[in-house]
Amino acid sequence: MRNRAKFIHRNLLSILIIVATVLIGTSFSPAVSAGNLATDSLRSDLVRVFMFQDYNTRVVVTGTTLLGLAAGLIGTFLVLRKRALLSDTLSHATLPGIALAFILMTLVSGDGKQLLPLIIGAAIFSVLGTLSVLAIQRFSRLKDDAALGIVLSVYFGLGVALMGMATRMDAGNAAGLSSFIYGKTASMLFSDALLIAGTALVAAIACILFFKEFSMVCFDADYGMTQGWPVARLDFLMMALVILVTVIGLQAVGLILVVALLIIPAASARFWTFRLRNMLWLSGAFGALSGFVGSGVSALMANLPAGAVIVLTASLFFIFSMVFGSARGLLHIGMDRLRLGRKIMDENLLRDLFEWSETNPNEGTPGIEISALKHRRSWTQSALKKTIRRLHRQKTINVYSENRVNLSKSGRLAAFEVVRRHRLWETYLITHADVAPGIVDLSADRIEHVLEPELIRQLEEKLEAETKEKLLSSPHTISFTGADGHRTPKMTR
Amino acid sequence: MEWTFIDTWIVLVGALSAAACALLGNYLVLRRMSMMGDAISHAVLPGLAIAFLITGSRDSLPMLVGAIIVGVVTTFMIQGIDRLSGLDRGASMGVVFTTLFAIGLILIRQAADHVDLDPSCVLYGAIELTPLDTVELFGQEIPQAAITSGLMLMVNLAFVIVFFKELKITSFDPALATTMGFNANVLHYILMTLVAATTIAAFESVGSILVIAMLIVPGAAAHLMTDRLGWMLIISVVFSVLSAFLGHLSAITIPTWFGFQDTSTAGMMALIAGLLFVVVFLFSPRYGVFSRMVNQFLLGLRIVGDDILGFLYRYHELAPANAAPVPVPEIQNALQTDIPVKVMIWNLRRTGLILRQNGGYTLTPSGKKAGKGLIRSHRLWESYLCNVMGYCNTDVHRHAHQFEHFTDTKLQEELSQVTGNPDYDPHNRKIPM
Repeated sequence: MRNRAKFIHRNLLSILIIVATVLIGTSFSPAVSAGNLATDSLRSDLVRVFMFQDYNTRVVVTGTTLLGLAAGLIGTFLVLRKRALLSDTLSHATLPGIALAFILMTLVSGDGKQLLPLIIGAAIFSVLGTLSVLAIQRFSRLKDDAALGIVLSVYFGLGVALMGMATRMDAGNAAGLSSFIYGKTASMLFSDALLIAGTALVAAIACILFFKEFSMVCFDADYGMTQGWPVARLDFLMMALVILVTVIGLQAVGLILVVALLIIPAASARFWTFRLRNMLWLSGAFGALSGFVGSGVSALMANLPAGAVIVLTASLFFIFSMVFGSARGLLHIGMDRLRLGRKIMDENLLRDLFEWSETNPNEGTPGIEISALKHRRSWTQSALKKTIRRLHRQKTINVYSENRVNLSKSGRLAAFEVVRRHRLWETYLITHADVAPGIVDLSADRIEHVLEPELIRQLEEKLEAETKEKLLSSPHTISFTGADGHRTPKMTR
Repeated sequence: MEWTFIDTWIVLVGALSAAACALLGNYLVLRRMSMMGDAISHAVLPGLAIAFLITGSRDSLPMLVGAIIVGVVTTFMIQGIDRLSGLDRGASMGVVFTTLFAIGLILIRQAADHVDLDPSCVLYGAIELTPLDTVELFGQEIPQAAITSGLMLMVNLAFVIVFFKELKITSFDPALATTMGFNANVLHYILMTLVAATTIAAFESVGSILVIAMLIVPGAAAHLMTDRLGWMLIISVVFSVLSAFLGHLSAITIPTWFGFQDTSTAGMMALIAGLLFVVVFLFSPRYGVFSRMVNQFLLGLRIVGDDILGFLYRYHELAPANAAPVPVPEIQNALQTDIPVKVMIWNLRRTGLILRQNGGYTLTPSGKKAGKGLIRSHRLWESYLCNVMGYCNTDVHRHAHQFEHFTDTKLQEELSQVTGNPDYDPHNRKIPM
């Protein structure tokens, strides 16, 4: 309990944000005047929409923002649990529930379009759909993908058939029912927004209270089970929240696009962080922003279906995150690779120069020719040139006339470390891993660039290297003048 | 209910497109890519809409081209995100197809001003209207949709037949296929392209969401019926044709029982396919839930029957030659079961293995032979476990008791040879010949 209290304390800021959002959402009362009439210019339109100057926009924008928030929060766990497509199945499975509830309510009371029975019908059928998926997985040899596809399409087919009956009914008017499929964002009512606000609040509170439990179920459910956690019940709670958000979101953005709100923000957040807590809030923020911007844009342009615009906004965030994300973004990974590649080339050149000066202790010559270096390993002309230029800029090498290069004083120190790492690893392989001395060079060549200080320390301990500063001698000969220009390693120890 | 030539055409169109879907669906199910069908069928929407916007008509060819392009692009995007992002495949699919679907919805809304195109028609199809749109062929008025679906079926059938071996090997063992020099990737993309094309060909009749039912459900049901790929293809086509026929039939009859008018044929086709699946799921001879329960129950009974024979044989072995027959309660007591013993005693008596005498039961000569075989298996197993495997504790009896029911004469001979043709088992009981 104390841990939980501590956690809530730590996330006080986040809670405050949620409460504030909900308060904003609920404080709009119908009494507020209808705002200025639109002028022609885009700027005044922008101001009108995003400053909440007219009542309808205010309701819609707040509603979709909160829906995005709720879906983003619970979607995080859904995506991490690798159940993204289950949300697709259960949202499609709601259709027969909606149609059946409509038919029953029309027969009973004459008015089929009452929100609560429709939502209850939708929820019941999405639970049934989930159970069917589990049953097919459990009792047949079909895999989860087939189970999801079967349940999705068959339930949707039942829904379409029931809808067909509902729309051809004499009594009642089923015209509004299709809004559950495409959403009717633009005509969201105040009561709808209130319902969404409530859902968002429930989802946010559940995500805070059960943060630890949910993350455990997502990452290592088996471990949780062995520790005595009620994993099945937690899983059920998680799915119940997903169903709640789906069902509430149905009439706002439609049953196909509510899936997008659950999956895309969480998938986007994954590119920015490795920490679940950060991912959770980021995902919520992405969802909320998508709802906010998307519904705002669709309010500006009358011809755009709001649900689709919201999803596209979320997709844009996804693309942005995929490219620029600070943890797994493509740019980040690409930069990392580039940097590593450069580091490897730098270190290779430094080691070559060092080993050359070792084998040619003659101080008289001003350095080695670049063309001789080129044969040491598979340099391309441009890569070698660039590396030399880079090292020269760092003042680790001196470039003389006649295309000769040599290590500078600071370069010697850096090269010393590289060579030392290389030889430590070679020696380790020979003495402890029984690798033939002739082939250790290649393996050490790869690993020398990524040996951590801690590992080096352990290697030193293991090899009982006398002093830290001492450079081991190479276990094989180093030749700069092999017949084919490559080294011909020989055992010299 | 009135069945007219229009209904015949509806069923024919439905059956043709459903069969075309089912052929490819088998491979989606086998390759565990069923949801790729879902993703592609949602994602082709923008391809359609762009084709509409460019050509301004509802011609099949531009639509087909647009859909194929988008289908391939979808496959590439899903694989790309899958590889680059570290998300699981489901999430990558979810991101891609919802995005494309959203783009498609917006484009359709834009296109709606120029062309008669209704999103709900795209989603659930309008198979009821297909017989009205006809072309003349060989002096016959044939619905356009029947020709499209028929052609698609031909193409898919040709693909499945020509590449039968390649598809089989890439579906079941992609690694082996690669080592044998088949490019599993190329086949994968051809398959995805055909799925996209089939989705479009079927979209007019069953719509872009219900096409998933036609793709996956017959294949999944066939997968539960058989282990042979050729039969699976045939069974899935039969299922798809059945669901088209029964689907339309129930669409025009079932709602009338409840006082409604008719309903969507496409929806009912999916539903019937689902019901067929449920039937197979429960009653398929080998993999059905119910069948497996029945098989297990029958096996249990057979074992009880074996145990009765074994018990009576042991009794006769120990008791003097003219001992009294064993009364039922004693058998029940020895076997620790009640009703199964009575059932099996009835059955054994019926098959002439045991015989009723003075209120008890004894073995007939053929029963004695069966009991002897069983006890022989039992004691040979005990000898094997103890003498050959060196596993001589009290559990020997329990294990032998389980194995004896599944040992035929050939295995008996081999056991006997391995154990050196012993005359007595570890408990010093005689092993009958």
